[in-house]
Amino acid sequence: MTDDMDIVLTINGRRHALRTEARRILADVIREDCGLTGTHLGCEHGICGACTVILDGEPVRSCLMFAVQADGREIRTVEGLAANGSLHPLQTAFMEHHGLQCGFCTPGFLMLAASILERDPEIGDDDLLDALSSNLCRCTGYANIVKAVRAAAASMRGR
Amino acid sequence: MMATVKQNVIGRSVQRLEDPPLVTGKGRFANDISFPNQVHMRVVRSTLAHGEIVTIDAAAARALPGVIAVWTADDIPEVPPIDFREGRIPPLEPFRQPVLAKGRVRYVGEPVAVVFAETAYVAEDAADLVDIDIRELPVLVHADAPPGEFEPGRSTEATIVRQGYGDVDAAFRAARTVIELDLSVGRHSGVPLETRGAIALYDAARDVLELHGAAKVPHKNREALARMFGRSLSAVQLYESHVGGGFGIRGELYPEDVLVCAAAMRLGRPVKWIEDRREHLMAANHSRQQRHKIRAAVDAEGCILAIDDEFFHDQGAYLRTHAIRVPHMICGILPGPYRVPAYRAVGRVRLTNKTPAATYRAPGRYETTFIRERLVDAIAEKLGIDSIEVRRRNAVTVGEMPYARPLEALGEEINYDSGDYAALLDKSLAHVGWDALQADARRRRENGEAVGVGLAMFVEKSGLGPRDGVQVTVEPTGAIEVVTGGSSIGQGFETVIAQICADTLGVDYKRVRVVRGRTDRIEYGIGAHASRATVMTGNATHIAAQQVRAKALEVASELLQASADSLDIVDGRIVRKDSAADTSIGLGQIAAGLSPTSKTLGDREPGLSALGWFRSDHQVYPYGVHIAVVRVDRETGGVKIERYLAAFDIGRAINPMLVEGQIVGGFAQGMGGALFEEFVYSESGEPLSVTFADYLMPTVRETPVVEVLLREDHPSPRNPLGIKGAGESGITGVGAAIASAIDQAIGIPGAVTQLPVTPQRLRDILRRHSAEAARR
Amino acid sequence: MKPASFAYHVPKSLDEALTVLAEVAPQDGRILAGGQSLVPAMAFRLARPAHLVDINRVRELGRLAVEGDELVIGALVRHAAFHKSAAPGPLGSLLSTVVRHIAHYPIRTRGTFCGSLAHADPASEWCVVAAALDAALIARSTRGMRRIAAADYFKGVMATALESDEILVEARLPLLPSDTRVGFYEFNRRAGDFAMAMAVVAYRVEKGVIAAPHVGIGGVESRPRRVVEAERALAGQTPGRAAFDKAAEALAAAIDPIEDAQTDAVYRRELARAVTRRALEHAAA
Repeated sequence: MTDDMDIVLTINGRRHALRTEARRILADVIREDCGLTGTHLGCEHGICGACTVILDGEPVRSCLMFAVQADGREIRTVEGLAANGSLHPLQTAFMEHHGLQCGFCTPGFLMLAASILERDPEIGDDDLLDALSSNLCRCTGYANIVKAVRAAAASMRGR
Repeated sequence: MMATVKQNVIGRSVQRLEDPPLVTGKGRFANDISFPNQVHMRVVRSTLAHGEIVTIDAAAARALPGVIAVWTADDIPEVPPIDFREGRIPPLEPFRQPVLAKGRVRYVGEPVAVVFAETAYVAEDAADLVDIDIRELPVLVHADAPPGEFEPGRSTEATIVRQGYGDVDAAFRAARTVIELDLSVGRHSGVPLETRGAIALYDAARDVLELHGAAKVPHKNREALARMFGRSLSAVQLYESHVGGGFGIRGELYPEDVLVCAAAMRLGRPVKWIEDRREHLMAANHSRQQRHKIRAAVDAEGCILAIDDEFFHDQGAYLRTHAIRVPHMICGILPGPYRVPAYRAVGRVRLTNKTPAATYRAPGRYETTFIRERLVDAIAEKLGIDSIEVRRRNAVTVGEMPYARPLEALGEEINYDSGDYAALLDKSLAHVGWDALQADARRRRENGEAVGVGLAMFVEKSGLGPRDGVQVTVEPTGAIEVVTGGSSIGQGFETVIAQICADTLGVDYKRVRVVRGRTDRIEYGIGAHASRATVMTGNATHIAAQQVRAKALEVASELLQASADSLDIVDGRIVRKDSAADTSIGLGQIAAGLSPTSKTLGDREPGLSALGWFRSDHQVYPYGVHIAVVRVDRETGGVKIERYLAAFDIGRAINPMLVEGQIVGGFAQGMGGALFEEFVYSESGEPLSVTFADYLMPTVRETPVVEVLLREDHPSPRNPLGIKGAGESGITGVGAAIASAIDQAIGIPGAVTQLPVTPQRLRDILRRHSAEAARR
Repeated sequence: MKPASFAYHVPKSLDEALTVLAEVAPQDGRILAGGQSLVPAMAFRLARPAHLVDINRVRELGRLAVEGDELVIGALVRHAAFHKSAAPGPLGSLLSTVVRHIAHYPIRTRGTFCGSLAHADPASEWCVVAAALDAALIARSTRGMRRIAAADYFKGVMATALESDEILVEARLPLLPSDTRVGFYEFNRRAGDFAMAMAVVAYRVEKGVIAAPHVGIGGVESRPRRVVEAERALAGQTPGRAAFDKAAEALAAAIDPIEDAQTDAVYRRELARAVTRRALEHAAA
């Protein structure tokens, strides 16, 4: 049974008008219909956080939403983090501090951290760790991710 | 034998070349790869652990719009079972897994049928409609229970591996003290964040079968696939792009890889398969599960006279590509850093109705370190000798290096190349302030807290040879390309190779492009496993780069009218050593001058390029010491790691930041296996850990900041760069160190005999101990 | 792990939602609010609703406000709304303490308070809060409105008193007197996991002894509830270790523990005792 709907997703400032079955997961539509494969699927049941995107300013797990629910909403993905040809401080910090190894969890962490730091640039360290406990990484053991996010936070506050 | 390489970037923590696409969402992981007109494959898996297949009804599935085909074993009679990776072992071949279940299913998750459809969603709809009727057979979930029937006339005890030397029985008869332990490690595995995936396409225009999404050992897999499909090697090409972690479990040839290839050829369309997480947790290789009954004969000083170990290796339902390498390695590697005058290890390889098991990071070493270090702690406790002192007395000394043992692992005799275990132990103890640490923990225990300190020593293994070859080429543009047969699973392979090439050749490492994972670019490759890449591929790169350097200097010496000795290469330009300001020639210019059409070529081989081969007859043995401080919540059984030191002598670190990354990442996995991760099965063989809510991997909150003490005191004499491998450096000692610390925290020596130490199990230990204490 | 097909409805008003639900409920029609529990269940195909009624556009369900002596929590109020104090006094601080234990932040931006109650996982934090504080649950259907007391609402694992054509439109929590001491303690394996045991406690102190004690336990039985044996052990006692230990013992003895692969009955009781005592200590601190 198909239940195709016409929806519009605005992703990284660009409008994507598309038609999809209601059951298609937001992550799949972002990746396949909009060609933005930077958002990854690690578990498809909302625990690993690799699929994290920013929806209307808040971090959400794009595996736990149907694309049709995001009709008319603004989405930001990792492809939209860099602005005007400059990397986001988080991207730079992750590279400087070796905050990634295989890179599969990285977009999820970047979007999580970006949304957290944008909401609360003065976030305390304990709250920051709480927030980062949202996502799983299997390669790094987290220490360098934390270092990278702290460094980016400091740099973003300094601006 | 150390190479005289001027170190500009070797030994420095330079940023990785791999990172820019990965932080901008431009990576190409398997699920990011798509081809026009592709079909999606979905595997229909057994929901019962053991039974005979009566019927498979795929009519409803085939009738679903968008479904192209549904196959069972009968549809692929020409596809043989997957062979063992390292060669044929005829007596074990009956235990290989068929690509699709034939007649019997032997574990929940076993592929029974496969659906091909226009979309992944429809493929899953169709898979749900395939009706499999199975007549249940008795289920065997315990490797230490009496063996059952694999098939008529064949026992589930596939084989018994044995290694040993010396007169063990005499040693035990003569011994003053014998310690006996019964120890188990739980079933867990790598569980990378990216699930498996494979995309095959048959390019009819070139008659080439392509498999994308390859990992770890593309050349070996290409050989296997070529053999299975009766194609020449050049008619099969594998492509590795970005890989979301491997940890030993990804990259082996699995049924799904074979199926996408068969389907691409038969259906004439590209075939894409992406595993979901639930599948992964029941279908990708498991590991680690064993039970050891181990005895040690010791003298009055705590010196080991003999070790006798019998273990039950829970292999799961089939022997996959590793055959019995893991249990064989366990036998060979168990003694670790200690002198063991007489030794016997007997490994019963038992098939059970669970997911097949194979290698997971530091395979055999994580387990045997737990087993062996528990034994050493028990020796210390029994004789009333400090456990550090027992380790010192038994450790092989630096004066005894290289130290050979008549044991084998991965086809080679155990032969420790270099190392000073006692010295690393000293440095580790000094680093944490061992005496003060112990005193502080004691004080806290007296105040009612359950805090303990534990230590583990281990020897790791890396640099599996025997040979690797690398092609280094300088383009006329001055850019350098290094073509390797290596693999990346995210560990920074390209950066390390670029660093080695850069310093050897005299160029900026950022101008070096490293190719890996491409069977169409180089005929031979060792991939990346057994922590061999830096050692083997790194040294081959060094050799090739040296050859390119020599050729460039030879040409330049003619052009500059100077001896090659008086020239150097700095940042890609050949300069005079004594007057760098003078005319210099770029490497690209030299390369251009060596083009086949160049008028100045003369009799030389065209091209500024070389294929360098490195040969190693022997693996190398880095080693480590781990120290853990844990606090136990007696009421709940919760365990918190307050402090952790991972000390490791890596011989030589090409990029310390990357080595530390491997150690810290390995630690987190080791901690997972010690406290959180377990594949639990019901008595009927139903897997219970099939979501991330059940299979628990640590978050940042559970993972302490690890102190890393990285040493380069004992480079390996077995390769010019002196390097040993780091990939499995952080995980090996974690189970042992945490177990030891928990024992001390709760004041019950030898309490921990099983991993993982879940809160429930810890509460069981505490409750039993209180009950016994109350009775006395 | 892709969901099975469903017909998708997006009502714009509560009346429309109720009408649609009345039509589709008999064919396994379900409400989609936050989706943080329903969507993963659908990914595993454990849930295969033929219809989804997405209420996220029904603005009137987004109310979070104090009304008289109750905090009114509408169906679309997300967990994240409770990070700041949503009510005056001890209730607000209790809710903002508990919310930090619910999954992780990105789940809290979507998941809803009422959604947790409708889902009724015994290990859900809001469920034990609702049970401990005697929440009132407001259910509406085309047939009318019902006010269900928490004690009558939770029936078992994932089972509530809601009929298939009813929407849980509001949860109402009683405001707590400003001198109420509140405490919460949860034990789990990892940050953000479902609780293996958790306790919500509230009491006042009158003339130096405990009055009006509430002890709610969750994650240990098939449904969360107030445990009267524990409350009796507290009433009239001086707040402190002795009373708290007795209450925790009484609770451990009174419960009918649920078992699973990682927690047997004996251990569950030990956890129940531990979290009860610790929640009481938290309240007293």
